[in-house]
Amino acid sequence: MHKSIGQINERIRDGNARVVTAEEMPAIVAELGEEGALREVDVVTTGTFGAMCSSGAFFNFGHADPPIRMERIWLNDVEAYGGLAAVDTYLGATQKSDTRDDSYGGAHVIEDFIAGKSVELRAISRGTDCYPRRTITTELLLENLNQATMCNPRNGYQRYNAASNSTDRSLHTYMGLLLPNCGNVTYSGAGLLNPISNDPKFRLIGSGVPAFIGGARGMIVGEGTQHSPAAGFGTLMVTGDMKDMSPDFVRGATMNGYGVTLYVGLGIPLPVLDIETVRSCAVRDEDITVDIIDYGIPARDRPSLRKVTYAELKSGFVEVNGEEVRASSLSSFRKAREVAEGLKKWIGNGSLEMTLPTRCINPSRAAKPMKETVHGPRVLDIMDRRVISISQEEEISTAAGKLLKGETNHLPVIDAHGKLVGIVTTYDISKAVVNPAKGSHVRDIMRKKVITTTPDEPVDIAVQKLEKFNISALPVVDADYRVIAMLTAIDLGKLFGGRWLK
Amino acid sequence: MKLIVTFSRKAGKKPIIASVVRDTGVLINVERAIIDSSEGEALIDIPDDQCRLVKEKLAEMGASVRILEDVITLDESECVDCGACISICPQEVFSFDENWKLTLDAGRCVLCGRCIDACPHQALSQKIDT
Repeated sequence: MHKSIGQINERIRDGNARVVTAEEMPAIVAELGEEGALREVDVVTTGTFGAMCSSGAFFNFGHADPPIRMERIWLNDVEAYGGLAAVDTYLGATQKSDTRDDSYGGAHVIEDFIAGKSVELRAISRGTDCYPRRTITTELLLENLNQATMCNPRNGYQRYNAASNSTDRSLHTYMGLLLPNCGNVTYSGAGLLNPISNDPKFRLIGSGVPAFIGGARGMIVGEGTQHSPAAGFGTLMVTGDMKDMSPDFVRGATMNGYGVTLYVGLGIPLPVLDIETVRSCAVRDEDITVDIIDYGIPARDRPSLRKVTYAELKSGFVEVNGEEVRASSLSSFRKAREVAEGLKKWIGNGSLEMTLPTRCINPSRAAKPMKETVHGPRVLDIMDRRVISISQEEEISTAAGKLLKGETNHLPVIDAHGKLVGIVTTYDISKAVVNPAKGSHVRDIMRKKVITTTPDEPVDIAVQKLEKFNISALPVVDADYRVIAMLTAIDLGKLFGGRWLK
Repeated sequence: MKLIVTFSRKAGKKPIIASVVRDTGVLINVERAIIDSSEGEALIDIPDDQCRLVKEKLAEMGASVRILEDVITLDESECVDCGACISICPQEVFSFDENWKLTLDAGRCVLCGRCIDACPHQALSQKIDT
């Protein structure tokens, strides 16, 4: 059995269409079977509400008198792009305010406009014959703009990897606060309500298809940036008129220590045309798997701690390394439901009809990493290979002598096999002299917890360690934990004037 | 019941809380404490029915005491029920109800302030009742 889009729209117009949310669908299919569900259900609505950093809006302000070609533009002191025509601009959600801290940015300007608040436009120009004016400052409401078109390059991730942190320090990330020693797990996305999870082959979601965006009747533009459905991470570019949006579904937010982002409510209605649609819309949280990524590793390809389903994540507890850890979302499932219910209402009252894609989205693309032609410096490029080390059995006075002779402030301590077991600094020696009761051997005063680096590590990461732990040297260790060099603050000077400055 | 105990250390380093435990026999749970060279503040948890006894004894020792109530406040107009506060709270103050709406058990709060920083929507704040 098949249903045509025309039949479904006719039922919508007649007020007879059966519309359900993707959350209701698994139970319906279990009860009626696939054929029964196909006969019964006409449209399945989806929804998600979460942080979508790759968002923003185009604005047209109308011309001032005398007119100005705005070259640099600020909205409530948040800079917007000046490379478009005279009074057009694009404001990105993550752009931070020039004058306020992280708590205000492009996302908040967008929310303020939608909430009906007044926003200050300030712009400057060098002036031209046709656009003589050089400065402008004015207060604007959303209704004063000719266009305010939200256009988000990457929204509606099919699913998103969960996050944890294996290091012994708290991390402030775009996945929220990650506690030390895998103390918590955070995740994002609505699982079985996620739009693309209900149409992973992009049979129904494509260019021109209607969507709920921030409370407005919007539209899918096409595939989103970094669209990677081959790996299960499809994305969408979406657009909608800000004048029809509601602050209930568009919220500026700040991830503390990371920056500004925009929470967007996004939902797509899926016309139930055939058995395959029924099957894909019957997806459950148990069927959608993601990795728990260790954000403690500062590299692009961070390791996975384990795989986990949305059902486990939503239960609030996940087992990591044998321990039960609290898991919590950054997106709102309650709001995601409101989005799916909102779509249901529009279709139910006949104000939204279904459309098939005017252009299909590629369901098998994979996003590539960046091609890098110039590699940044690595630790091995600047490290000091002269290592002066000491055994933990030596006396403190021997350590003092070595420090003096070697003109260094840091002595890595090694065991009989040459492995790093501690570190002693001139400060530790001074303390030992002042307070001799602690002992007279290196092992009595050494610090056993040593922050280290490796030859392959990018210098930027090593510098981050120096700053974070407020130290001035890192032993460089090989795979066997043998000290092969030292990296000190002095070595960082080699970055200046050398081949790394271009 | 949670009490905020503040005391000056100028008069000497009296073991105030230990003395109160010894003299009253009430087991006091210290949940948070900030003590420097001149003054100290401790957040303690005690059984409700022993509150008067402990308060009086603490006051006798020269400490000032106030009851801690409703310390974390949720601004419902800012909260979107995302849940970012849930897993980072050491006291399990936050949870979802059956409709995925955020609920608070403020009585468990020990004022660590972590959730205030972690909330992406600046919906949480600390109400100080002095």
